[in-house]
Amino acid sequence: MNLDPVATLAQAILLLLLAPVLSGLIKTWKATLQNRRGPPIWQPYFDLLKFLRKDMVISEHTSWIFSVTPYVLFLTALAAGLLVPMVSARAPMSLFGGVLALVGLMALGRFFLALGGLDPASAFGGMGSSREMTISAIAEPAMMLAIFTVAITAGSTNLSQIVLASQGPGWKFLDPSRALAFTAMFIVLLAETGRIPVDNPATHLELTMIHEAMLLEYSGRYLALIEWAASIKQLVLMSLLANIFFPVGLAAETTPVAFGLGLLFFVAKLIVLAGAVVLVETTNAKLRLFRVPDLLSAAFILATLALVSTFLFT
Amino acid sequence: MEGIPMLLLTLALWGYVTGSLAGLVCWRREKLANLFSFGSAALAALCGIGASVVCLAGSATSFEIRWEFLESAVPYLKFSVRLDPLSAFFLLIVSSLGLALSIYSFGYARSFYGRKRVAVLGAFYNGLLLATTLTFVADNIWLFLIAWEIMALTAYCLVSFEHEQPETRDAGVLYFIMSHIDAGCIILGFLLLFQMSGDYGFDSLHGLGAKMSPGKRDAAFILFLLGFGIKAGIVPLHIWLPAAHPVAPSNVSAFMSGVLIKTGIYGLTRVCFDFLGTPPLWWGVTLLAIGMISAVLGVLYALMEHDLKRLLAYHSIENIGIILMGLGAALMFLHTAHPVLAALALIAGLYHTINHATFKGLLFLGAGAVLHATHTRNMEEMGGLIKRMPQTAFFFLVGAVAISALPPLNGFVSEWLTYQALLQGFGTTESLVRLVFPLSGAMLALTGALAAACFVKAFGISFLAQPRSEHAGKAKEASPSMLFGMALLAGACLLLGLFPTHFIRLMDPLTHQLTGQQLSARLSLADGLVLASLARDTGTVSTLGMVILSACLLPVPFALWLVFGRNSKTRRGPTWDCGQRALTPQMEYTATGFSKPIRMIFKALFRPRREVQREYDFSPYFATTLRFESHVEEVFERRIYRPARILIIRASRRIRAIQMGSIHAYLLYIFVTLLLLLLFAI
Repeated sequence: MNLDPVATLAQAILLLLLAPVLSGLIKTWKATLQNRRGPPIWQPYFDLLKFLRKDMVISEHTSWIFSVTPYVLFLTALAAGLLVPMVSARAPMSLFGGVLALVGLMALGRFFLALGGLDPASAFGGMGSSREMTISAIAEPAMMLAIFTVAITAGSTNLSQIVLASQGPGWKFLDPSRALAFTAMFIVLLAETGRIPVDNPATHLELTMIHEAMLLEYSGRYLALIEWAASIKQLVLMSLLANIFFPVGLAAETTPVAFGLGLLFFVAKLIVLAGAVVLVETTNAKLRLFRVPDLLSAAFILATLALVSTFLFT
Repeated sequence: MEGIPMLLLTLALWGYVTGSLAGLVCWRREKLANLFSFGSAALAALCGIGASVVCLAGSATSFEIRWEFLESAVPYLKFSVRLDPLSAFFLLIVSSLGLALSIYSFGYARSFYGRKRVAVLGAFYNGLLLATTLTFVADNIWLFLIAWEIMALTAYCLVSFEHEQPETRDAGVLYFIMSHIDAGCIILGFLLLFQMSGDYGFDSLHGLGAKMSPGKRDAAFILFLLGFGIKAGIVPLHIWLPAAHPVAPSNVSAFMSGVLIKTGIYGLTRVCFDFLGTPPLWWGVTLLAIGMISAVLGVLYALMEHDLKRLLAYHSIENIGIILMGLGAALMFLHTAHPVLAALALIAGLYHTINHATFKGLLFLGAGAVLHATHTRNMEEMGGLIKRMPQTAFFFLVGAVAISALPPLNGFVSEWLTYQALLQGFGTTESLVRLVFPLSGAMLALTGALAAACFVKAFGISFLAQPRSEHAGKAKEASPSMLFGMALLAGACLLLGLFPTHFIRLMDPLTHQLTGQQLSARLSLADGLVLASLARDTGTVSTLGMVILSACLLPVPFALWLVFGRNSKTRRGPTWDCGQRALTPQMEYTATGFSKPIRMIFKALFRPRREVQREYDFSPYFATTLRFESHVEEVFERRIYRPARILIIRASRRIRAIQMGSIHAYLLYIFVTLLLLLLFAI
């Protein structure tokens, strides 16, 4: 059994603590690139604290679905995070599920969030739910195909196994199939985390927003949980990309030095990915909603090409 | 161990017969008719569950119990039944759903008191259960075909039960025609098999394909695919399904979607895996492709529906597609001689079959309760039902999560198995055909995500927010027996989701019979807590583990609340209304609005058409009256069925010319026919 309570606890704490600062980092860098002075990168922690302390106003039309949603979202994001290798190649809970379980858990969170958007009887929430479910539906095939490409070459859907297989001698940095799959996954990452060009995390204009529209009625600690869950989900997806496609520096032994080094590498990879996200966000405009499918079908085609090239170039 | 299942199955069969007659005996005493017919059906179903569980749990290898449950005086016709693992598995499906439905029906049939004859409903309902059970356990072609026909006819009578509505009559006739086309195809297919075997017993048909010429074998496969495909509702033979399922009484809709269409799956499995021998590659590829198309188109059309029961009916097409993906992959693995993978794919497909029976049955029962309470099937007139029907809403939510393939419920488990079978299939062949596996995996992902979108719509619009009509505002919770029926199925969804390894143990004899493999030991890790795909390294999942893990993580948000938010208060307020006076239900997002982005993205398929008529005095923005209509083109109806219908009517007109009304001419026809037949015989 590789269920290690200490590792599980450590990774849960890492997820909880690292996720907000990653969001903060992206926000600050984006501001810098746009010639603004952004908030300090610690700002998300203060926001979360503030939300946790605030009173809540809950719409009178809502049912228990509205109150359960923040918890479901938070727990699924956290549980999904425990399936992904971060500092070490062995994810603490990888026995309980691989990449398919990860996708399933995130889908469960999204399902409830979309219901939570519909619950307060406001048109904004419904619009957000509708768009979120649509975009995730067309992002899903691209994501799965990219994942399949990796899973087929590794012969497993278990994320730890995939990472271990990528670390093997056959690993090449510029393998065409991996590069294509990475690009596809990166596009999916932008869509899944609600980034420009798919969604704008900074907007509060009702007609353009997707993710924020569903949260419109949430306040206080529910909002804190949802915001936190969203940043955990972002961290999980980014570490998925980082460790599957660049499996360097993962701790192989269980010594403190190896773990320290692993953490260092992990953070470095996240910073590079965050930089890429910031660049994409600042150099692109938000797409019209009905242009988003074009982007995502491009991702699907890239993933198909990645799949085809697995046996063309080997 | 042979005696007990025999006795139980015989009891079950006679129980349905008794239920059918008992209802008719107390023709005018509605309460008694209700009690006797559905009570008898429930007991019979319980016996059926017992028979199948004793068989499946009692043996790890294939078995076969055969006997004649009735003496027959007619030559060739033998009432011989068999219980082998495949029959027992499907017997489990029909009986468990039958039990839940019969209990539900006690409460549901009350809505017909004074309006319709409950006795008739009960009689046909029992007849349908009897015929379906017989279809699954029949041991020869005659009995199978007779049961198949009784099933089609009783289902027709039940679909047309509320025949006062023209819509119901049309749907009934369409179902009648389609089910006879399918019966015709199946009879032809069996004739081809009989020609080779010379015997009617299923025993003599076993592995017959090896003796047949490839051309005849392919012809038989195509005929069976058409026949069973119509019953299963594959695209493009599905058109009867979304018409007939919604108009039937809801307990019957649940049975039709949950079990009746599975007779097609049973037939295909029986024929392809038992009768026709090692399949050529294209059979599997065809099934997989049909599965993909049915799954994606089924869910896309479901998204466009705002009739709750039609939406569920389209989802049946989707799920049949997912099941066929598993079966198609299994056939491909049999062709490439990978029996272990074939067994895995078969488990995936058949696991999804029983899962679909449970969650679709549950959803139809929920829809029936809603229909009963609000008197409408239109989602745009529901809303806010979660406060008025809290238990029904909860059960419907369980079904919605299960059908959207979300962990930890059963839909997730069977789709996970399907993904695993498809992924491992990639390595089985070197040819380009292997690309079909990951591509169908991607389509499965698309299907799952669209299904989630569809059930956010179905649940969110019907149950959440404010009531959109007066009826919805006055809705009352369903009666206890209806709730109990739903609770049984919700419990089944949960158990099948959390303990898959234990259930797969029951499928060991089944895979042993059809592929010679037993996988339950290889699919289970850590005392059955973890489901593995053949080996630990190729992928593992544990739905129960995820639930336990989440339960362990639950203190985190509560601790945060206790530490930081001790002094915060919660109050109720109005929803943000942009400063206008008050939100009315009219301002809520509608089901049509919810699916608009999908309609726009797939507009090449849907060809949406809308019509807006405004009357205004000075500016179009201040209309005095507004009429809005929106349509989606039903491609198959328009492009295939309508031209076919016109063609048939035109041809019939031509043929009518020979019917001239002269008796001499008719005598001539008879004479010529006789002559031709005699010549043919020589």
